[in-house]
Amino acid sequence: MKRRSVIQFLGFMALRVCLYLVLAALMVFLYDIGKKGGGAISWEFLSKMPRRGMTEGGIFPAIYGTFLVTMVTALLAVPMGMFAAIYLNEYAKQTRITRLIRLSIRNLSGVPSIVYGLFGVILFVNIFKFGTSILSAGLTLGLMTLPWTITASEEALKTVPNSYREGALALGATKWQSIRTNVLPYALSGMLTGTVLGLARAAGETAPIMFTGAAFALPFLPKSLSDQFMALPYHLYIMATQHHDLAKARPLAYGTALVLIVFVLGMNMTAVVLRWRLRRKRKF
Amino acid sequence: MTKRALRNLKESAVKAFFFTNGILAVFVLVGIFALLLSSAIPAFREIKITEFLGQKLWDPTSPTGAHYGILSMIVSTIYVTLAAMVIALPVGLGVAAYLSDVAHERVREIVKPVVEVLAGIPSVVVGFLGIVLIGPFLAKLTGQSNGLNGLNGSILLAVMALPTIISISEDSLNAVPNGYVEASLAMGASRWQTLVRVKIPAALSGIIAAFMLGMGRAIGETMTVLMATGNARTFPHGLLQSLRTMTSNIAIELGEVPYYTTHYYALFAIGLVLFLMTFLVNLVADIVLRKYQEREL
Repeated sequence: MKRRSVIQFLGFMALRVCLYLVLAALMVFLYDIGKKGGGAISWEFLSKMPRRGMTEGGIFPAIYGTFLVTMVTALLAVPMGMFAAIYLNEYAKQTRITRLIRLSIRNLSGVPSIVYGLFGVILFVNIFKFGTSILSAGLTLGLMTLPWTITASEEALKTVPNSYREGALALGATKWQSIRTNVLPYALSGMLTGTVLGLARAAGETAPIMFTGAAFALPFLPKSLSDQFMALPYHLYIMATQHHDLAKARPLAYGTALVLIVFVLGMNMTAVVLRWRLRRKRKF
Repeated sequence: MTKRALRNLKESAVKAFFFTNGILAVFVLVGIFALLLSSAIPAFREIKITEFLGQKLWDPTSPTGAHYGILSMIVSTIYVTLAAMVIALPVGLGVAAYLSDVAHERVREIVKPVVEVLAGIPSVVVGFLGIVLIGPFLAKLTGQSNGLNGLNGSILLAVMALPTIISISEDSLNAVPNGYVEASLAMGASRWQTLVRVKIPAALSGIIAAFMLGMGRAIGETMTVLMATGNARTFPHGLLQSLRTMTSNIAIELGEVPYYTTHYYALFAIGLVLFLMTFLVNLVADIVLRKYQEREL
């Protein structure tokens, strides 16, 4: 009896150690970036162009580029993700085609990001002749984000109780009228929070944009969607590994990493807080 | 046209519109495969498929004759991935078991979003930490110059796979019916015995699926391994050595290669191999996960 409880004590202790390991890893990561990146952050760093072969100056073009490319990603992935989710949750019956669609979505979310990059090079850069540009990179990221936005939107639609749909239908509304007036208004905010999470992941991706539009360094800001751009993740990669003077570039690399983390986690937090408030406010 | 017919027409049009957006997922998946295949096939006009998959030497720009063998990269990818899983699976399962069986509700409420934060760190930042944090640490430990090697990449990939493994394992542990647990406790088993001998075996298919999904992500991860593993083009004989995975090789060479050469097509062929490998792993994970969800516990 005693031996058993000792084993249980040690076992639970081991599980707790696993948790502490994970939390410690996260803390060390965030602390290192926060401390060393914080020293590099200044108003000049955030608002100015890079100077002297990117050993001085700021990263404004990279922030701007990441913002622009995320907008293009959102324009593709958010509406299409929502529409596809509406089909799957509201219209689709258990047919072979529905199962095929669902299988494809699950597999798309497992396709490696560099493979999306290769796909973007063939389809957007070469076949559609968009060249290496914000448009190509944004569309590539958009396709990659699509499975996440579909899944997130469908989760939101599932939380609307069936009685809402049936109420409208019983009053003689058509299917689309019932969806428009009695489902979407209640699901929309949930759909948006879910898609913001997907966009946050896309904003931090490097491999899909490396060959579809992100540039090493540009002396000016992009003027149209067919220009190349600088992006925070790619800029960090350059500063960390490709720069001619890695020691001089290190503080700026830390600064870039911190800005990128704040950008991505900021989007994440917004979504999580929104979702949490939504859940508390509404009990169907 | 009557009002009713018009209304029906509008309804079908709306439905068709949403259906088009849904079916697009199928087209994208098939499109990725078809376009990769069409860009990979020209490579095999000059390279034998057996050489491509079976030879260790990859040297496309050699003046004495190009070599296109990707075996070293395939083995490197497998090494790094498996080592990552050896680290991530026990730790991830431990955290999942702690959350589902030991932790208080309030601890769980705090830990779950924190794990989500871990999932939100971009891979390029993780790779950067491999250079500035894990690298120097490993260098001190092994006496190497920079610590950029397979082990570094494995540690980082393990950290990245953890959120997936934790959340799916925890879900599957929570899905074990209370009846199993109560029966076990009533027979006099301790909570630890119940966890190890009843709950984990009952949740095994979910745990296997979590493992496979984590592995799928690790195989396809690019930036982390590109930055942390050192990228030497040699056949790997251990994890403490610098090695180059399939993803890294594409990322390194695609930017420099002239378009429409054998080398260019060969990089797409690597992409195709990568696509097929992850597709297979994810498909198996999917089948295992479906099976366990359909099995009404």
